[in-house]
Amino acid sequence: MTTKLKAAIIGSGNIGTDLLYKALRSEIIEPVWMVGIDPASEGLKRAKELGLKTTSDGVKGLEPHIDDDEVRIAWDATSASVHESNNDLMKKHDVKMVDLTPAAIGPFCVPPVNLEAMMGRNEQNVNMVTCGGQATIPMVAAVSRVQPVEYGEIIATVASKSAGPGTRKNIDEFTRTTAKGVEVVGGADRGKAIIIINPAEPPLIMRDTIHCLTKDPPKEAEIIESANQMVAEVQKYVPGYTLKNGPVFDGNRVSFFMEVEGLGDFLPKYAGNLDIMTAAGLRTAELIAEEILRAEAA
Amino acid sequence: MNLEGKKVTLHDMSLRDGMHPQRHQLTTAQMVEVATALDEAGVPLIEVSHGDGLGGGSVNYGFPAASDEEYLRAVVPKMKKAKISALLLPGIGTVDHLRMAHDCGVHTIRVATHCTEADVSEQHIALGRKMDMDTVGFLMMAHMIPAEELLVQAKLMESYGANCIYITDSAGYMLPDHVIDRVGILRRELEADTEVGFHGHHNMHMGVANSLAAIEAGAARVDGSAAGMGAGAGNTPLEIFVAVLHRMGVETGIDMWKLMDVAEDIVYPLMTHKVRADRDSLTLGYAGVYSSFLLFAKRAAVKYGLKSTDILVELGRLKTVGGQEDMIEDVALDMKKAGAAE
Repeated sequence: MTTKLKAAIIGSGNIGTDLLYKALRSEIIEPVWMVGIDPASEGLKRAKELGLKTTSDGVKGLEPHIDDDEVRIAWDATSASVHESNNDLMKKHDVKMVDLTPAAIGPFCVPPVNLEAMMGRNEQNVNMVTCGGQATIPMVAAVSRVQPVEYGEIIATVASKSAGPGTRKNIDEFTRTTAKGVEVVGGADRGKAIIIINPAEPPLIMRDTIHCLTKDPPKEAEIIESANQMVAEVQKYVPGYTLKNGPVFDGNRVSFFMEVEGLGDFLPKYAGNLDIMTAAGLRTAELIAEEILRAEAA
Repeated sequence: MNLEGKKVTLHDMSLRDGMHPQRHQLTTAQMVEVATALDEAGVPLIEVSHGDGLGGGSVNYGFPAASDEEYLRAVVPKMKKAKISALLLPGIGTVDHLRMAHDCGVHTIRVATHCTEADVSEQHIALGRKMDMDTVGFLMMAHMIPAEELLVQAKLMESYGANCIYITDSAGYMLPDHVIDRVGILRRELEADTEVGFHGHHNMHMGVANSLAAIEAGAARVDGSAAGMGAGAGNTPLEIFVAVLHRMGVETGIDMWKLMDVAEDIVYPLMTHKVRADRDSLTLGYAGVYSSFLLFAKRAAVKYGLKSTDILVELGRLKTVGGQEDMIEDVALDMKKAGAAE
């Protein structure tokens, strides 16, 4: 493919920067703009060094350049509270939005579960749920595609150093949005999400526990096979996604104990929670880009 | 130690922390019976929630016999003098639960975080204060960091609007000097009208001694539990603590004889797990492990053929924090694998 689709990253913090490193390796997307709000931001400085155009005036600073620089896709790695206004502006210029905040104004996307189904619907805005959602919803779906799941519960434990100020200030957004994702994308009738922040040093690698209560007794062999396939799917974009223990079958309970080690592009490896988010965000944007390029070629 | 003439507000935990040994199976009728008797005995503040706080009902912590709302709607209207409090752990419960509790007539909301993570409590503390509730910041596992670092976290909670900050010895690990350092620095450095509280566990049987140390260092609120019903070896046994305080001339406003009867005739008989400092609870205190891990570790030990004390020591080594109940089965599976490999 000779032409890459041009993209902007909104948010020059840890997530935005890690996403930038990953996007620079993309064969389909070329990140051209990095948008921040603080002129002293390390993330903007780094982006500039890597050859991107930058602005510290927020999306307003990007707006005059969207058409000239042919920005077609944007990631929002800021926070839920400003996402809607960021999105309004992008929408005006016909830019597709991959939302990494828990704002969830667009449909949820968890790549190994519903990315393909989402294609062709020409969504302007898709939401990446939460880091905990990306790490756990695939396993809920691995069970619900075998048999009905009455209740799905996930517990995401992240290192203190990997929980940013946005998550901390609005931790309820995490639990609510993740629980909803467990239902809508994971396929559980009812969902619950719990997040634990652990300050241990050295920082612990992200771990996630997934409990599913199946309606009928669990079909063990089929669930094991489905789960292994799902883990392999996630590993395609997050190689450090591992089923550490389980599945444990206990009555109608099916439990998985996962560990998520990041690639360590910009963020440390223990921050698998952030890595799985940026990796999923990139994968989603790449599929959207393919679709746009295909439509234009036709 | 001279505490003569001091005043302290005692706060009963049997219907919240006591939910842990009961596997959250207290019925609304039991809740009403205990709370009514505590009210009658003059206990001013009584906590009612799932053991892991509002919204704690889950596979991870256990589903309760009734919902938080059912418990609260049953208990609150029955109180003549006592006020009802509820616990909320951000990450488990949300502001929706807080609004529900407020609507049920809950007077005091206690927002609990791990001792280093106070900044996840901002939206909950701010809302509690905005709704004019008695709003408490509850710093759990407070043995894990030094007093100076606790103060930084306490000041965060104070800045969000908490009018009382607790040093919470969730593991029952502290000794009196630890309590004096931690309560003392908060008392000296927080605003004068911010109260300081102490929540103890009896895993090393230091509940009473630590609570006395807390009062000496300036705590105005202290938690205990009738018959000590709480996680691990339980909380500071409230009737014993009241007896000690009355001997020392501290005002509690509680009728000690009535409280003894509540503990002996109502709470102790309903315990399905007899709360005491057995070797597992003692291990919690010794190794600094979250007290509500107790029954989970006992069950995992039976299921996977391990020693529960070994599981608890490993959980301590891994520096697990409150709420990480899901680690217990995971650790047990790891230990079983390691054992099989030997």
